[in-house]
Amino acid sequence: MATLNILIAVCLAYVALLFAVAFMAERAALKGRGNWLRSPWIYTLSLSIYCTAWTFYGAVGYAARSGLEFVTIYLGPTLVMIGWWWALRKMVRIGRTQRITSVADLISSRYGKSGLLAVCVTLLAVIGITPYISLQLQSVTLSFSSFAVNDPGGQSLIAGYDTALWVAVGLAMFTILFGTRNLDANERHHGVVMAIAVEAVVKLFALIAVGIFVVWGLAGGIGPMLARIDASEIGQWQMDGGRWVGLTFLSAAAFLTLPRMFQVLVVENEDERHLRTAAWAFPTYLMLMSLFVVPIAVIGLEVMPTGSNPDQFVLTVPLTQGQEGLAMLSFLGGFSSATSMVIVASIALSTMVSNHIVMPIFLRLTQGGASGPSDVRHVVILARRLSIGLVLALGYLYYKISGGGSALAAIGLVSFAGLAQLLPAMMGGIFWRGATRNGAFAGLVVGFAIWTWCLLLPGFGGGVLSSGLMEAGPWGLSWLRPHALFGIEGMDPLLHAAMWSLLLNVTVFVLVSLVSFPSPLERLQGAQFVNIFDHSDNPQSWSGGIAQSEDLMIMAQRILGPEEVQSFFQAEAARQGLAGYLPEPTPDFLARLERELSGAVGGATAHAMVAQIMGAATVSVEDLLAVADETAQMMEYSSQLEAKSNELTRTARQLRAANDKLTQLSVQKDAFLSQISHELRTPMTSIRAFSEILRDAEGLEPKDLTRYASIIHAEAIRLTRLLDDLLDLSVLENGQVNLNLRDGVLSDVISHAIAATGTDMHVMRVRRTGPASEIVLTTDHDRLAQVFINLIANAQKYCDAERPELTIDVSRRGGRVIVDFIDNGSGIPPHAQGMVFEKFYRVADRQAGGAGLGLAICREIMGRLGGTLGYLPGQGGAAFRVSLPAAQRMAAQ
Amino acid sequence: MKERASPVFLERRSYRQRRLMDAARLLPVLGGLLWLVPLLWPQRTGSPAPAEVEAVATSSAIVYIFGVWIVLALAALFLSLMLDGKAEAQGGRGD
Repeated sequence: MATLNILIAVCLAYVALLFAVAFMAERAALKGRGNWLRSPWIYTLSLSIYCTAWTFYGAVGYAARSGLEFVTIYLGPTLVMIGWWWALRKMVRIGRTQRITSVADLISSRYGKSGLLAVCVTLLAVIGITPYISLQLQSVTLSFSSFAVNDPGGQSLIAGYDTALWVAVGLAMFTILFGTRNLDANERHHGVVMAIAVEAVVKLFALIAVGIFVVWGLAGGIGPMLARIDASEIGQWQMDGGRWVGLTFLSAAAFLTLPRMFQVLVVENEDERHLRTAAWAFPTYLMLMSLFVVPIAVIGLEVMPTGSNPDQFVLTVPLTQGQEGLAMLSFLGGFSSATSMVIVASIALSTMVSNHIVMPIFLRLTQGGASGPSDVRHVVILARRLSIGLVLALGYLYYKISGGGSALAAIGLVSFAGLAQLLPAMMGGIFWRGATRNGAFAGLVVGFAIWTWCLLLPGFGGGVLSSGLMEAGPWGLSWLRPHALFGIEGMDPLLHAAMWSLLLNVTVFVLVSLVSFPSPLERLQGAQFVNIFDHSDNPQSWSGGIAQSEDLMIMAQRILGPEEVQSFFQAEAARQGLAGYLPEPTPDFLARLERELSGAVGGATAHAMVAQIMGAATVSVEDLLAVADETAQMMEYSSQLEAKSNELTRTARQLRAANDKLTQLSVQKDAFLSQISHELRTPMTSIRAFSEILRDAEGLEPKDLTRYASIIHAEAIRLTRLLDDLLDLSVLENGQVNLNLRDGVLSDVISHAIAATGTDMHVMRVRRTGPASEIVLTTDHDRLAQVFINLIANAQKYCDAERPELTIDVSRRGGRVIVDFIDNGSGIPPHAQGMVFEKFYRVADRQAGGAGLGLAICREIMGRLGGTLGYLPGQGGAAFRVSLPAAQRMAAQ
Repeated sequence: MKERASPVFLERRSYRQRRLMDAARLLPVLGGLLWLVPLLWPQRTGSPAPAEVEAVATSSAIVYIFGVWIVLALAALFLSLMLDGKAEAQGGRGD
């Protein structure tokens, strides 16, 4: 009774110690004082979770049953570690640069961030690992009862409690506490790693202590020990070559593909250089772990009564020899092995489950995490915690259902064989660019199916398949018998299943990869994974699309937490040379952000989330190829240049036209100045001449006197008119004109204008057409009449037809009143049509009395009246169109 | 397919590093082969089992297997000390 109580007390104290160690490591890491946490030794020790309780207790039992075969389980990993230059170095580099969070993430990222593949790998891992976890629970329970055997009170105590349940609950608590404390982008758990490093030391120390006690305490030294070994039932070398090679290979494969090994090897790796220390230190650790296995087994077989469970020799041998302290240490060693495995395995599995199953479903349900109301960050953590609970519950259930019998003992190797199915997709992915998503998927499914059929189902709880099915095969197809596929009988079931599943897995993987064609993203990822050492800092790029940096920030905050994201965004903005928190969404920035996110939610999910914000996930896949992007940019740039050059050409043409016009105007002005000086000079000359006559000549007749005075008067009037015109134009142009608006009929205005010009029907015939009499206008009629007079007078002056005729046509068109003045002369030559409305312009220099201001004045007047005056070409003569808004007429009615 | 042109001859130090990388690649192969050797040992139940051939004792097997193990670990230690980090950076690009 006392023993068991002490045991429980020690056990609880040990757990408390682990909590403290984990807590201190977390604190130290948080304060940045955790340099010692990043030593290669911690890394090497954390790898020791490969040695589970199955190793700690089971290896001795294995050795007691089949001699040295147990050592294959350690030879495989040793070879992998020694060969780190081949595979591990590459895996670690890939994991670090691509922010891989799990085996499922690695495979899905490699094959185009495929969500389907990730789900597939996750399910396989959960199915493969659950029995393994229940094996750990069983071993802890068994070790408790081994202590209770010598303790009558203890047995009832053990019977009263469900040890496995309490262990499962305790482990779940520890894992949730230290495994999901933060969503560190690197997925590193300093506390957990530190705790399992301590446990690694404890289990090695315990096993070596028991070994030393056995060799030197019981056997009496190395020499006698070797003699005893040779004298025992396992004293002669006896080995099935197939199993020797097969198990070595399986353990090597499992070392790479087990989720918990991937977690400590790749995800928790702080520094690639740690690998070179682990390359020799971890094989040494494994060697030490297995060094005393055979001696303990041999002595156990000798000293223990026949029929006792060899799996418990590590515990029971010291117990029967009265070494309770040693037994206690040994118990702690086994306890450490079991707990560290369960903790890391459940962290690894929960990461996979939450990243690849829960989060995609959540994102789909909420239609994109960025717009979801809830805090994605909390959802991720919650999903992880629930997943941890779920994984442990599954392990416990499996333990309960299977009854914890000896059937569980073989489950370790069954798990290895199941997880080994990931090896082709994984190794193919990092060494062969031609490996495709379809190939990986097909290979996985085939391998997994065969493994389930041949190994998992027949072994499940003593065999869920009926014996008839086992012997005759399904539907009487004997070549499908689980232990004799294709009619090949008599093989070791494990080897049989492993051989066929891996063989067909690889075959299907390669064949489908050869015939299928990968997507662009897949090819890009493939190139990056396979040639990881060539471009380690060159992740997939986002391009095209204008993502809102703010949306990205909101989304990232929900996952990574506000402070971290703000500093990240600020740093990125600073990198781009911008102030504030919002960097431009360049492909470079998006790729880095995606990697940060993938540390928390996995590559596929992170990609999907950024894609949602980017708004064009499918488009960007095509655009990912940077070359295409650059080409597009070049093309856009050159088309911009072309447009700009066209614009410049247009502007130059306009400038040239303006220059021509200015030159022409300047010439006209010069011509006008000479003209106007001439115009002014002519009347002035005659006024001066006649006034001099009036002053100097004496005895003028009254008739002459009147005539001369009339001439002076007429010339003065002419001068006045010229000056009036100039003044009028100046007033109009300055907008100082006052309009005298009133209602009136259009035909009256026209009649007034015709009358004012004094048109003689014999000199020029005037035809009036259109409904001028019906149109009432509210406008300045005097000004309008001025325009008409000018136009009619122009026709009189310039119409060069033999029988001049002027047509005044009135019409209504589209809400406007149109009055056309069309004569039958030769019209205005095209080159002059644009100039007739300019000031001082005269079509011909022939003497016609005007100063070239009339049309300019008319156009100004029409502008004031809200209308236009333009030249109407193609009417068979000079044609001017006056257009007035009809709205004023409507208002008048 | 090597895209960049690599020099035909390397300076002595680089050359040494390259050969160390070769050794690092070959070490697991050597280990695997050495651990296959026990399969050639005579067995009592093996197919050609002449009565006069005594099966190898487990103690000898232990000495052999663990001996290989220690040698491999020491070789890995030697290699990890000799290979420098810079060489590792370019190691993947072949030689």
